[in-house]
Amino acid sequence: MVKTQKMNVPIMAELAAKNESPEILFWVGCAGSFDDRYKKVTRAFIKILNKLKISFAVLGTEESCTGDPARRAGNEYLYQMQAMSNIQVLDGYSIKKIVTACPHCFNTLKNEYPDLGGNYDVIHHSVFLQQLIDEGKIKVKEGGSFKGKKITYHDSCFLGRANGIYEAPRKILKEMDADLVEMKNCRSKGLCCGAGGAQMFKEAEPGAEEINDKRTAEALETGASIIASACPFCMTMLSDGIKNKEKESQVVVKDIAEIVAESQNL
Amino acid sequence: MAYLQQIIFLIILGAAGYIFWKRIALIRSNILLGKNLDRTDNRPERLKSMLFVAFGQRKMFKNITPAILHLFVYVGFVVINLEVLEFIIDGLAGTHRIFAPYLDGFYNTLMNIFEFLAVSVLAACMIFLFRRNVLKVKRFAQPEMTSWPKLDANLILITEILLMLAILSMNATDQILQTRGITGYVFTGQLVFSSLLIPLFDGLPAGLLVFIERLAWWLHIIGILGFAIYITYSKHLHIFMAFPNTWYSDLTPKGKMESMDSVTSEVKIMLGLATDVGSAQAPEKIDRFGAKDINDLTWKNLMDAYTCTECGRCTAECPASQTGKKLSPRKIMMDVRDRMEEVGNSLANNGKGLEDGKSLLGDYITKEELNACTSCNACVEACPVLINPLQIILEMRRYIAMEESGSPAQWNIMFQNIETSFSPWKFAPADRSNWIKE
Repeated sequence: MVKTQKMNVPIMAELAAKNESPEILFWVGCAGSFDDRYKKVTRAFIKILNKLKISFAVLGTEESCTGDPARRAGNEYLYQMQAMSNIQVLDGYSIKKIVTACPHCFNTLKNEYPDLGGNYDVIHHSVFLQQLIDEGKIKVKEGGSFKGKKITYHDSCFLGRANGIYEAPRKILKEMDADLVEMKNCRSKGLCCGAGGAQMFKEAEPGAEEINDKRTAEALETGASIIASACPFCMTMLSDGIKNKEKESQVVVKDIAEIVAESQNL
Repeated sequence: MAYLQQIIFLIILGAAGYIFWKRIALIRSNILLGKNLDRTDNRPERLKSMLFVAFGQRKMFKNITPAILHLFVYVGFVVINLEVLEFIIDGLAGTHRIFAPYLDGFYNTLMNIFEFLAVSVLAACMIFLFRRNVLKVKRFAQPEMTSWPKLDANLILITEILLMLAILSMNATDQILQTRGITGYVFTGQLVFSSLLIPLFDGLPAGLLVFIERLAWWLHIIGILGFAIYITYSKHLHIFMAFPNTWYSDLTPKGKMESMDSVTSEVKIMLGLATDVGSAQAPEKIDRFGAKDINDLTWKNLMDAYTCTECGRCTAECPASQTGKKLSPRKIMMDVRDRMEEVGNSLANNGKGLEDGKSLLGDYITKEELNACTSCNACVEACPVLINPLQIILEMRRYIAMEESGSPAQWNIMFQNIETSFSPWKFAPADRSNWIKE
């Protein structure tokens, strides 16, 4: 059961007013801020941060789109406007380390902002959580709630192929004592959910099938009852795929952070 | 008369060398139609990339069956071509198997290795023909695989088979002539594979055997020279291009897009960010934003197109292609090459070149193809020689968005949302932190 407990969410501007600086900035992202499903992931991640008393802050209303969808859709101008404004805000607070639960934000902040002068230590939340497990800060009790559960992990393209992060999310799932099963296309051969490259924001081009339906079918083939993801867009696409196949009662999509939070009874 | 063969050989060798050289020069100038890009950094990493990916074929081994077959043809090609050195010396000097007396027993070992490889190449090429034409492996039968690409692939395989048959027939007849003590036919020791063919030729008179042996020799060397020229017109150019292409490959994470400096200076002026006035001045020559034609792409993008051997691993992995969308990364590469050759040939004949009223966008690649890409990098990951179709797709999207304002309507709405609400969805910016209280 997920307990309702008050979250402690420090806002960067308020900390700065008190002359405090957090160790990390949690970049929530547009989906984490506005998408009802992904807000739950944001909260799950914050509960973990709170429990471990990790010093962090969010930008709140000062946060703004990284510019990734504009850039992938070809609008470099808009991307750079966003990027440079964001860099001004981040540098204004002397941010050094950023954690985000969105692989698209992660990729843009980590790989693309340096070209415009924004240099930060950027970590995706899956790697961050894996580090906490490695450091022994997150311990999974014997026979936790995921013990023996069949879980399959869907690789986000922007985490996997784009940045070579394949193992961190899998290590977390193994740590949960889950029965990790792989889809026929996984890791560097993982099939896209269909949302990348700004496809999230438009209808797909004419074709024989929707990409998310194809990927969902691959996930269902594994017989897993949980599809683990680490990206807000993948989550939307796969959840829609499950609805289209009317499997909502049997299969759920959960973010890595939600799985960790649940294992800690948060 | 004694020198006639040598003179003919010299003329053929010279002519082939000249044509080959002209073709390479044309290809080079076509590649240089592309925009400048600095890839001179990090030489140790580049060397590693070339050694592992091109020389070591590391990425081929994701798919084991074609990898092993391809390895036979590749090693066979590289090693058997050492024998071409002897062919050329013999051809010019009028000698026969000039290395045999010097290398003695080792010559026999070498020849047997060559023969083993020749048989491997032969077998692999036959299996490849079978896969293409009988099994009809899916990636060889997509819309862009029209009659020429299909014929090209089959011609290459058939030529390689003929070249190997020529070598084996030559060695078989040579061995018979050695036992008959014909002058000039030096002892090579038993050549295991070709000796299996001896029964085919054994009953023939010495004169006919010499004729067959010489014919096979000439067919092999002319075949190889012709092949070298042919591949400059063919998808098969990858046998050379794989090396520079992996050397000059992108060493940054696949997720990173190249920044556009011309945009940066404008944005800096807009945001009042310019620290020193000089750097914020608009550049002297304003490039077109993004890519409409091949000269808007970098020379590396164009080199990629010449390196593509149309294997279709990219398209087979592409989620858009797999679900029936029009996009095929392989077609993108083939289109770039076709357009580049069109422009290059036109320029070489004092034609209009890029000003011929056509362009890569529109005449070759449609928006529907470009709009289907999810930028998932599956095509980039799949390519055994580090070709990057995604960069080209994204450059062309930049042209459509910034020069034509021709992006799909829903993307234009997304742009508007980011501009006004700082989120791709239309939510009030002030509500961004509402989730904290909910």
